[in-house]
Amino acid sequence: MNYTKEVSEDEIKFSIVFLKSLLFLVLTIFPIELLGQDDATIQQGKTLFNTHCAACHKVNRKAIGPALAGASERYDREWLYSWIRNSSAMIAAGDPIAVALFEEYNQSVMTGFPQLSDQDIDNILAYTDYVPEVVQAAQLTTATEGPSETPTLYKIFLIGLVIVLVLLVVMLYFIQKRLIKIKTQVESDFRPDPKIDPIWKAFVKNQFLVFSTVVLLFLVGLYQLYGYMMQIGIDKGYQPIQPIHFSHKIHSGDNQIDCKYCHASARVSKHSGIPSLNICMNCHRNIAEYTGEEDLAAGYDQEFYTAEIKKIYAAVGWDEENQVYTGQTQPVRWVRIHNLPDFVYFNHAQHAQVAGIDCQTCHGPVEEMEVLYQYAPLTMGWCIDCHRETSVDLLGNEYYQKVHEELSKKYGVEQLTVAQMGGLECAKCHY
Amino acid sequence: MKGVKFSRYLLLGFLFLTGCQNKKKPNYQLFPDMYEPIGYEAYQESAAFRDSISALEPPPGSIHRGWNPYPYPNTNEGYQEAKLNLVSPLDSLEIDLAQGRELYGIYCAVCHGEQGDGQGILMQREKFLGIPSYADREITAGSTYHVIYYGINAMGSHAGQLNENERWQVSAYVTELKKELDHQANSNAE
Repeated sequence: MNYTKEVSEDEIKFSIVFLKSLLFLVLTIFPIELLGQDDATIQQGKTLFNTHCAACHKVNRKAIGPALAGASERYDREWLYSWIRNSSAMIAAGDPIAVALFEEYNQSVMTGFPQLSDQDIDNILAYTDYVPEVVQAAQLTTATEGPSETPTLYKIFLIGLVIVLVLLVVMLYFIQKRLIKIKTQVESDFRPDPKIDPIWKAFVKNQFLVFSTVVLLFLVGLYQLYGYMMQIGIDKGYQPIQPIHFSHKIHSGDNQIDCKYCHASARVSKHSGIPSLNICMNCHRNIAEYTGEEDLAAGYDQEFYTAEIKKIYAAVGWDEENQVYTGQTQPVRWVRIHNLPDFVYFNHAQHAQVAGIDCQTCHGPVEEMEVLYQYAPLTMGWCIDCHRETSVDLLGNEYYQKVHEELSKKYGVEQLTVAQMGGLECAKCHY
Repeated sequence: MKGVKFSRYLLLGFLFLTGCQNKKKPNYQLFPDMYEPIGYEAYQESAAFRDSISALEPPPGSIHRGWNPYPYPNTNEGYQEAKLNLVSPLDSLEIDLAQGRELYGIYCAVCHGEQGDGQGILMQREKFLGIPSYADREITAGSTYHVIYYGINAMGSHAGQLNENERWQVSAYVTELKKELDHQANSNAE
């Protein structure tokens, strides 16, 4: 382990030296372009880029607007100044380059940034020109350090574990062999008294023991059978493999996106709704790669997640290169997890919107689930328990005030529960 | 020796049984014809449609109940016209800022931030960048509505998640946020 670490550190050192010499070479060959690019300029440029440009531009990838890497070489500096400050005016004035750009990018208007000074724009351009090298260096270091280091550590751990286990098995085998030897020796020495019955014969002769054992076995069997029968048709813990590995942990946990952002119809309809792919594309048109945390033990690395995002693109027919929809769509066959029997009526809007119950009450800690599973048993007893315990918020419901007061008087309580308001009537859910 | 062998089989049997408890498959149902509906369920696959998708877009030209025509096209001109001419049909009594705030919190705040300053959680986590503060943009209730309806640049359309009234409620709330932000900016400047 130490050995590999030393090597990788050496490699890093080597790559840094190599990069530095490369940078030095580049600097000596092209001194004019790069000499002014000290870190502060690039840092300022990055901040400006992230606040003003990054909504529509990426450095190395086409987005709403073109990739900005190398923009300073493609266009004249003065032209860029006036374009960034007021592109619409240039298009209106009929500047040929401006009009061509406007047409190429689906006539999307670039917001004018008159507040940016020449210096600001220079900084931004310095950042967009510099980025490729930073990316290269980052790739080099991760190539020597990141992916090779952690998996080898993990592999070494696994191999060690396997060796230990194999050793254990071998040891146990020898111990067992030894014990058997001792046992046969003892047995050959031990001569049972022929007058004493073997234990099973003694057991059969004792009727009370036989009777109580039979009763005990019968009861245990009955209990087991009852347990088995009661879990039939209950899918608690059901965790199917979905066609796209959608992680609720990342979306609603790490990124704190509200459940109802995607499951919008839970507010207004019986169904909570499986989000259509255009809702995915609200964000994933912009987010094409996963750059967050990895779970290497489970095999979920960044490449894995990025590949899952590409599955959305394939299904919705999004051409990432040209940033257009091709119209070639495929269905995504999500596997339904929560499914009530046909003879029960359940309404999401009534629970999530009207009663204001958290989604987690029934669906569990979804924001922690990497792979979604059914949290609640969804049995009638489970529904009824909640209806008995949950008190209803009656504030701001003057229309029913009289009814509520009479009910409170009838049951002699301050807070009415769902059950007391008729939440246990059969026909509320079965009709 | 026999006892040892028997317990071995028992252990194997248990392993076999636990192997059968498959979380990837739904459980048995006692009387499936009581559980499975005869009528169609939402999203159910049907051979009647292409790729068996029953969740289809409405046929072109169809109008759902309560639909109002929206005359502004999804173009730059449409946006400018909506900004100038489109006004909320809600009067002061119909505007429900509490509802607007709730919906804004669900659909907008992840990016635009609770205050509308563009500092939502997705911005802080650098998933989305360059989200402008409402204070830095010339927006009206009409242009906000237009953008919720069609989306703009990296922002997608939210017309599928919010109905007409809800879109206007959110627009009203965004206008309110912008007022507050402008007020803050002015008091800071002084």
